[in-house]
Amino acid sequence: MGRGACTTFASDMANADWVMIEGSNMAECHPIAFRWVMQAKLNGAKLIHVDPRFTRTSAMADIHAPLRSGSDIAFLGGLINYVIQNERYFKDYVVNYTNAPLIVSDDFKDTEELEGIFSGLIDNSDPAQPKAYNTASWGFKRTGSPPNAAPATSGPPYDDLIKSLVPAPANRDNTLQDPRCVFQIVKRHYARYTPEMVERVTGVPRDLFLKIAQTIADNSGPERTGVIAYAVGWTQHTYGPQMISTAALLQLLLGNIGRPGGGVMALRGHATIQGSTDVPTLYHSIHGYMNHPDTRKSHATLKDFITTEAGAVATAYWSNYPKFIVSYMKSMYGKNATKDNDFGYDWHPKITGDLSHMPMFVRMADGQVKGLMAMGQNPAVGGQNARLQRKALAKLEWLVVKDNFLTETAAFWYNSPEVKNGELKPADIQTEVFFFPSAQVAEGEGSFTNTQRLVQWHERAIDPPGDARTDTWWTVNLGNRLKKLYADSNDPKDAGIKSLLWDFMPDKPPSNTKIADEPDVLKILKEINGYETDTGKLLAGFAALRDDGGTTCASWIYSGVYPAEDQNRAANRKPDPDFKPGTHLNWGYSWPANRRIMYNRASAKPDGTPWSERKKYMFWNADKKAWDGPDVIDFAATKPPDDKAKPGGTGFDAMDGTGAFIMRPNGLAMLYVPTGFVDGPLPTHYEPLESPVHNALYPKQDNSPVAKYWKRDDNQLAPIGDPRYPHVLTTYRLTEHHLSGVMSRWLPWLAELQPELFTEISPELAKQIGVNNTDMVKISTPRGAIVAKALVTARLRPMTIDGKTVHHVGLPWHFGYQGVVTGAVTNDLTALVGDPNVSIHEGKAFVCNVEKAS
Amino acid sequence: MAVSRRGFLKLSGAAAAGTALGGVTSLGINLTPAYAAAQSLRIKNAQAFPSVCPYCAVGCGTLVHVANNQIINIEGNPDSPINQGNLCPKGAAIYQLHVNPNRQTQVLHRAPGSTSWETMDLSQAMDRVAQLVKKTRDDTFVVQDSAGKKVMATEAIFSLGGATMDNEWNHVQQKLLRGLGVTPIENQARI
Amino acid sequence: MTAMGFYTDTTVCIGCKACQVACKEWNQLPATNGGKATLTGNSYDNTVRLSGENWRHVRFIEQFDSQHNGRWLMMSDVCKHCSQAGCLEVCPTGAIVRTEFETVVIQQDVCNGCRDCIAACPFGVIDINPASNTAQKCTLCYDRISNGLAPACAQACPTASIKFGSIDSLRQMANARVQQLQAQGEKRAYLYGADESMLGGLNSFYLLVDKPEVYGLPSNPQLPSRNLVGGSLFTALAGIGVGLAALFSFRNRGAHKEAQEVADA
Repeated sequence: MGRGACTTFASDMANADWVMIEGSNMAECHPIAFRWVMQAKLNGAKLIHVDPRFTRTSAMADIHAPLRSGSDIAFLGGLINYVIQNERYFKDYVVNYTNAPLIVSDDFKDTEELEGIFSGLIDNSDPAQPKAYNTASWGFKRTGSPPNAAPATSGPPYDDLIKSLVPAPANRDNTLQDPRCVFQIVKRHYARYTPEMVERVTGVPRDLFLKIAQTIADNSGPERTGVIAYAVGWTQHTYGPQMISTAALLQLLLGNIGRPGGGVMALRGHATIQGSTDVPTLYHSIHGYMNHPDTRKSHATLKDFITTEAGAVATAYWSNYPKFIVSYMKSMYGKNATKDNDFGYDWHPKITGDLSHMPMFVRMADGQVKGLMAMGQNPAVGGQNARLQRKALAKLEWLVVKDNFLTETAAFWYNSPEVKNGELKPADIQTEVFFFPSAQVAEGEGSFTNTQRLVQWHERAIDPPGDARTDTWWTVNLGNRLKKLYADSNDPKDAGIKSLLWDFMPDKPPSNTKIADEPDVLKILKEINGYETDTGKLLAGFAALRDDGGTTCASWIYSGVYPAEDQNRAANRKPDPDFKPGTHLNWGYSWPANRRIMYNRASAKPDGTPWSERKKYMFWNADKKAWDGPDVIDFAATKPPDDKAKPGGTGFDAMDGTGAFIMRPNGLAMLYVPTGFVDGPLPTHYEPLESPVHNALYPKQDNSPVAKYWKRDDNQLAPIGDPRYPHVLTTYRLTEHHLSGVMSRWLPWLAELQPELFTEISPELAKQIGVNNTDMVKISTPRGAIVAKALVTARLRPMTIDGKTVHHVGLPWHFGYQGVVTGAVTNDLTALVGDPNVSIHEGKAFVCNVEKAS
Repeated sequence: MAVSRRGFLKLSGAAAAGTALGGVTSLGINLTPAYAAAQSLRIKNAQAFPSVCPYCAVGCGTLVHVANNQIINIEGNPDSPINQGNLCPKGAAIYQLHVNPNRQTQVLHRAPGSTSWETMDLSQAMDRVAQLVKKTRDDTFVVQDSAGKKVMATEAIFSLGGATMDNEWNHVQQKLLRGLGVTPIENQARI
Repeated sequence: MTAMGFYTDTTVCIGCKACQVACKEWNQLPATNGGKATLTGNSYDNTVRLSGENWRHVRFIEQFDSQHNGRWLMMSDVCKHCSQAGCLEVCPTGAIVRTEFETVVIQQDVCNGCRDCIAACPFGVIDINPASNTAQKCTLCYDRISNGLAPACAQACPTASIKFGSIDSLRQMANARVQQLQAQGEKRAYLYGADESMLGGLNSFYLLVDKPEVYGLPSNPQLPSRNLVGGSLFTALAGIGVGLAALFSFRNRGAHKEAQEVADA
């Protein structure tokens, strides 16, 4: 939805009239968020679970729809088709708040015209080079001319530069009748996603599908709202981001975004996986969802960078991009970043390609990576094609593991299956390995950002034992050493590290720890929040940011979390009394600007009054001449609902008073996404790269044409319909364990609850392969084979897909060779394949064989 | 007991009302005053530190009870609007994440080709890692690409992890690495 | 004296086992065999039954027909804190007492591990904890409720399947819930042990949607004998004074043993 985060918060789910959980086993993986779903259910909401397996979530649901893993876009596309064909969409919302009326370029051609691909596919016929789209034809039709002239100076200030990027307004048809308007294109795109087709592709019987469609349509509109929750069951596909986009499209058509009890709830799996995306330890982005400078783009100078990155979004709140990036550069290089040296832009590294997890391990396997720091992550178990990843570790010159317990990654050189079976010999492994023990959560202080963007502070209760240290201690003290090592260098390539602002040690001895060189975490939070460069005065929020170097701020989206020396808002702990109004604005700090529901301008009608009394949330208060309600308005606080966009304006000036989706051009939510995705402007059903069936919707295009695959002998794929691997394998986790098990398999209290790896198979499949409950079975894919105990259960069922019987094989991935309880590594079976947008792997749908272990 | 019987029963009555149909809270009331009164249990004289569960991303609030410089109990924080004192089995086990003899408390080092770990002094290990980072970075640093575009980076060092660590760590880790020109930085958000 | 207890609404139990772990955490109970165990293959249950080390136990019941239509029942089981408690009646040492909350507690410093109570319990709740060699079971967190805190399991329970409160209020709540479920078409909903007809009333009672046996509960639990009533009066008085100290002495023993077992693992 334009911000890289979930639009709502978990306890608001209690206000929903329907909850559809798909791509998530919420009761098992997020039990405490699920409590709010149960509250909604007790209040009368309908609970729908769409999942291949009957899980502890399904057990609570009013409707469980067994869907073939990986076919969710067909299912959601079917719902979109139902909503449009039966005119159940929320017309006032769709016309005013989305890009449904905009006219798409005449050059655009849809998958319906090109049999499964969009216009612009570059097929260079070189099998080594992946296909890619030229997205130029996906834009809107603009018959006017750009309103503003090119700037006379390069800036700062950059206002004229941003203005020059404002395009001519897109043509529009508010009647939604023009055959080239977004609405009609969406309608045609999904017209073949009929209930019959849904059943054929997904296995969900059409009557059950229609029951779900009716339930969500009947319970949406001005008086009622519903929410969709998902997790990695949606993301881990070669079209994962598109799956989420389908849900957003459906929710926008139903008018369910920005409203209480509505939205799309992203259920993330780690304590601060949201924070580590916002404050990005991710190669492709720098703070606050700005793209990383990149040699493949027009990013040679800071001005080029701004022009490229802000170009498509000058009419959104992103018009402030120059303030965000300049303040970020100041946070990197401090006083050394000046207007004259482009604020140190030349020192900042540039990425040259895909440096994500999977291709980096491919490079490691080829000996191109010398050093690895694995901190709080355990690729020997959690990595895809984990066997390949473990063997790659042996090619490193050095490996640092810092973790809570002695992980499989730390122990790869003496305890991995490859060592046990003789493939690797410890004496031959030339990797220098360090294990640094970590402090646990209560042994240090800092903040986590939860799945609803809520930044919360945890206090230091006690010091860690022995030489265990906080992660922050480790990196700050490593940085102190490196700064010293480079202090006397005159090499130009060292100018960046020499110029780096690195000042995190305490000014006076810390009071809450005996560790004298423990960093002052509030100094770090200050740099994240931002301050006036000259005075050091903390910034109240991102509205104070400047593009001339006058402000220093690493993360514009977090600006406001620490507005004054005595106000760490992450440590705010005042809940609303009696849960009223229940937005809890004084508990933690929810970026941006402490907003709890994003795009909440859409909770009011275009005229600023509530859609209904029942769903009243934010509204225009004519007396105060300001937006009002229980949340922080996600809009210009005093911009009236009847305000009109200024011709040629940027940011809020480019939006009408109805421009609720402020991070999108002109404040319009995107049903159709002309920029941002590399695999198409509309979600389209493709098969997983490994599938038992061909694509029934697009017979000429089985898979995403731009999916990533790292082709190697040790990373082979089964062709579609391969009889050697007839079953769909899906991986998952259980309530009783956490991810690769580092934080659960070492704890006796958790270990005993699920002590062994198992694979869930249906009684029909068990009978077919001659296996009884708890027998050992072998599960194999082209990447490898593992053994596990069979858990034969009717909670799994054979499905009929396009006339063919398809079995699912379920496999948790928590186990490894270290810890109190151990087991085979499920990820030895997964492949290095990725989505083209974000390089996420496809762990939820691939194929396997299963047989009785000999 | 600091809470009188009458007070307790009143509290219980409120609890029952709060959990009538439609409510899922186990108590539905703010138990903070009760914590203040919990003086005769094993959290007697303990200091309670508000914390956050380190497992999934729901962000449940916890209270860490410390007495005699030892953690003696960790349970859900009834004040937190995220979880109102509830926890899942992992959250309920956070105590054992801390108090667990399986924890390593010394730095381990394994020399190339060695078949065993050796313990290593923390400061010495940090020095050694700093030297390795510098050497690898200096040996592999690319100033510009073949087209003459500035790169100012090395792709031979890889940092993995972050989703389970503090935001503050994520900031300093990505800052230090980008400051050095190390661009391959990844965490669990990718998987 | 107001009776306090549990009402467990099994229709909202998600089988997460938070109650089991929260109970072990608060009461510092060890994992069996240091956490090493064997997969039972019985749905998601791997701790099998209530015992001296497991004062709560979550049952999983899979009920599906050949067409895969059905349901997955889950239920967190615990000591029933019976109004007429067989364990208390047979205890020869007076270790088992009825507290001022009408709950039933085994005083650890009085118990001699004779096992009479184990045989006397119609629900199979009690067992010897090998860490202490005494009979152990749920105390309904006597120490917590004495101080106005909810029992650890009820506080942890994510969906409030386990509710703690006065028996009167819990019965009201439970009856209303049965009516709601019946009105929604769940005609199988009923309360187990919520009135005096079962052992004088269970202070931990259940809302079930199938026969008691399906959940491993006896449909007609019986006392072992009726001739030991005097003893229970005596022990009720004793309990008020010594209960708390006894709980503490056990806990220290349990924690020590736990640490040892972990180290051995």
